[in-house]
Amino acid sequence: MFAIDRIIDRPPFSLAQREKEELYAAALRELTRHHSKRCPPYRRILDTLDFDPDLAHRVENIPFIPVRLFKEYELASVARPQVFKTMTSSGTSGQAVSRIFLDRETAALQTKALAKITMDFIGAKRLPLLIIDTPSAVKDRSLFSARGAGILGFSMFGRNVTYALDDALRLDLATVEAFSAEHAGKDVLLFGFTYMIWEYFHKELARLKRRLGLGKGILIHGGGWKKLNDQAVDNNVFKHGLQNTCGIERVHNYYGLVEQTGSIFMECKAGVLHASIFSDVIIRRPDFSVCGAREAGLVQLISLLPLSYPGHSLLTEDAGEWLGQDDCSCGRLGKYFKINGRVQNAETRGCSDAYEPA
Amino acid sequence: MNPPNPVVYLLGSQAVSAVPLAPYHPLACDLLNDLSSELRASKEATAYPDVMAFAFWCRKANITQLQSQFEDGRTRLGLGLALHITPSNVPINFAFSFAFGLLAGNANIVRVPTKPFRQIDIICTTLGRLFESPKYAELKAMTAFVRYERSERITAALSENCGARVIWGGDASIKDIRKSPAPVRCVEIAFSDRYSFCLLDAGAILSLDPDSLKRLAEGFYNDAYLMDQNACSSPHLIIWKGGSADAAQEKFWTAVAEVAAQKYDLSAVHAVDKYTLFCHDAIKGNNVKYTRRHGNYVYRVGLNKLTKDMDALRGTCGYFYECDVANENVLAPIVNGKYQTLTYFGIDKTALRDFVIRRRLSGIDRIVPVGKALDIGVIWDGYDVVKTLSRIIDVV
Repeated sequence: MFAIDRIIDRPPFSLAQREKEELYAAALRELTRHHSKRCPPYRRILDTLDFDPDLAHRVENIPFIPVRLFKEYELASVARPQVFKTMTSSGTSGQAVSRIFLDRETAALQTKALAKITMDFIGAKRLPLLIIDTPSAVKDRSLFSARGAGILGFSMFGRNVTYALDDALRLDLATVEAFSAEHAGKDVLLFGFTYMIWEYFHKELARLKRRLGLGKGILIHGGGWKKLNDQAVDNNVFKHGLQNTCGIERVHNYYGLVEQTGSIFMECKAGVLHASIFSDVIIRRPDFSVCGAREAGLVQLISLLPLSYPGHSLLTEDAGEWLGQDDCSCGRLGKYFKINGRVQNAETRGCSDAYEPA
Repeated sequence: MNPPNPVVYLLGSQAVSAVPLAPYHPLACDLLNDLSSELRASKEATAYPDVMAFAFWCRKANITQLQSQFEDGRTRLGLGLALHITPSNVPINFAFSFAFGLLAGNANIVRVPTKPFRQIDIICTTLGRLFESPKYAELKAMTAFVRYERSERITAALSENCGARVIWGGDASIKDIRKSPAPVRCVEIAFSDRYSFCLLDAGAILSLDPDSLKRLAEGFYNDAYLMDQNACSSPHLIIWKGGSADAAQEKFWTAVAEVAAQKYDLSAVHAVDKYTLFCHDAIKGNNVKYTRRHGNYVYRVGLNKLTKDMDALRGTCGYFYECDVANENVLAPIVNGKYQTLTYFGIDKTALRDFVIRRRLSGIDRIVPVGKALDIGVIWDGYDVVKTLSRIIDVV
């Protein structure tokens, strides 16, 4: 019996941090023991760290594993026949992709957590949904990419699901304008990946000088800022841009890993990311000690959802800082934080290579 | 057709005079000494320890000593034009490569890293100023420092009249450069990817007083951490000789971790890399006897035994493999041609030298005390670089 069963029906931002940490100490101990018993490579890491999962530990002392390991090893805590679907990160061609093995229980928990977190922001009513992507992103259902999983996950909250791009990622202007006209002045939901929204939707609308009347719409987007930061587009520029082309006022960015699908961190009105009851964040210095408030460091993510693979405590390659807890102006309890992007790729010193890659 | 890839001349021009000089020509020695003085007097240069190490190396006293070690009664001249392809990730090796070519009596075209290391500007500017003096007009005409993105075509064009090529780089890079042909008589020195290790005597470490221990730890820190363990002479494998290795290891590594905690700028990326490597070793697990971390500054993986593929075990930013052995004889089967530098402490160096000869090892080109791993010199990677870059005129 996992601790998550005791909280799954609670409102998702209703646990004060102190209360949450007590629950998490117990929950993470259970999860660490669970994966230690079922995933031999994970157990070898714990053994190597001299970590005894049978003893009680503070949350910050529970080991984390680098998220990169999922690209190099098949880390599962269930037998193959129990694997119900395998999710992959959407790496660019040639890059290794993460493979995440889901059993039915974990997949169901992910769906439930995503629903609870999202409904806390958009309400329980199903809204007409415009997906800023192509329908082909969800076609192969046996192997789930992060993109496909995101689209399917958020499709639960919509009706009249409409895709804004065609298979060649071109804006389907007629369809989008019809959607906009049909739901003008009404609540609608838009969902997509940050880069794709900017590149194929916003920029195309701007180029065509079209303005959609989605003033009551809510846009939810995630997937990372790396490519947009290269174009000097940050969250503010993004919001202003979408306001110009769509009239949209409510934009929520979310942060999450394919390795911890479901327990996403959503941006509130105040512009900060919130940890729900399903997950938490710890910011660490390069020596892995825990950072103070507003001190930038490496992001460790904790999630109570992963049962079928050892992904409950992960060290990311993102930099971030925690900003506070329990006192956000939006009223949500728990920690809130921001992400500063990928950790700086330090210069490699050494004489082993005369040539930069071409 | 791609647009032509530009060659930027930081110093000198396309027309490099390829007429050689005798090795250790007085002009060459004077130039290096002037360069040494100027660099050591420059406020900006003194901020770079690697520039200072180079300046110290090329001062008159050292060059004179090298010259006396060089003299063997033979008559020599430089080979003509030497092309140097220097390592992209080390800001200073281009300067050493140039100095070796110059001391051998050659004209030199030096391809510097495309990365804008400040050290390159400092040295090129200083050399450029010295070249303004009429005294160095001839050397000026014999020198070019160039920067260009990798290009088979440009390397081939620059190789056309070469008497020598000096190539620093990983195995793949060297093979790549060799696609650009050089004249048939061209002498080539390839400083390829190598593997280095360290032999410590446990008893000698146990008997160290705190000050000597600190000096040893600082020396080891310089060998391993200054280049994030990426220099080919930085140790990855630490071999402990003699009994009581446990106590000696604890004493040594604690001291190294203290030095590293004070001096090493551990970046977040390096921390993730090291921890990931640690998890890899944990998962693979074979031959791993124990693992220890001293904060995040020292990671140690103890091995059950030495195997033939040790040179595949590479640490990074303070990540070491170690093994205790009864005596150095067990090293013979593992050493292959990849092995470059053996750093030692508490061990008789002549015994180590005799061991390499007696066991007829194909690797280990340098046997130096802990702290001297990165000290580059005219003898490097098993070559006498200055002699190799010159020719003998045999008069009978």
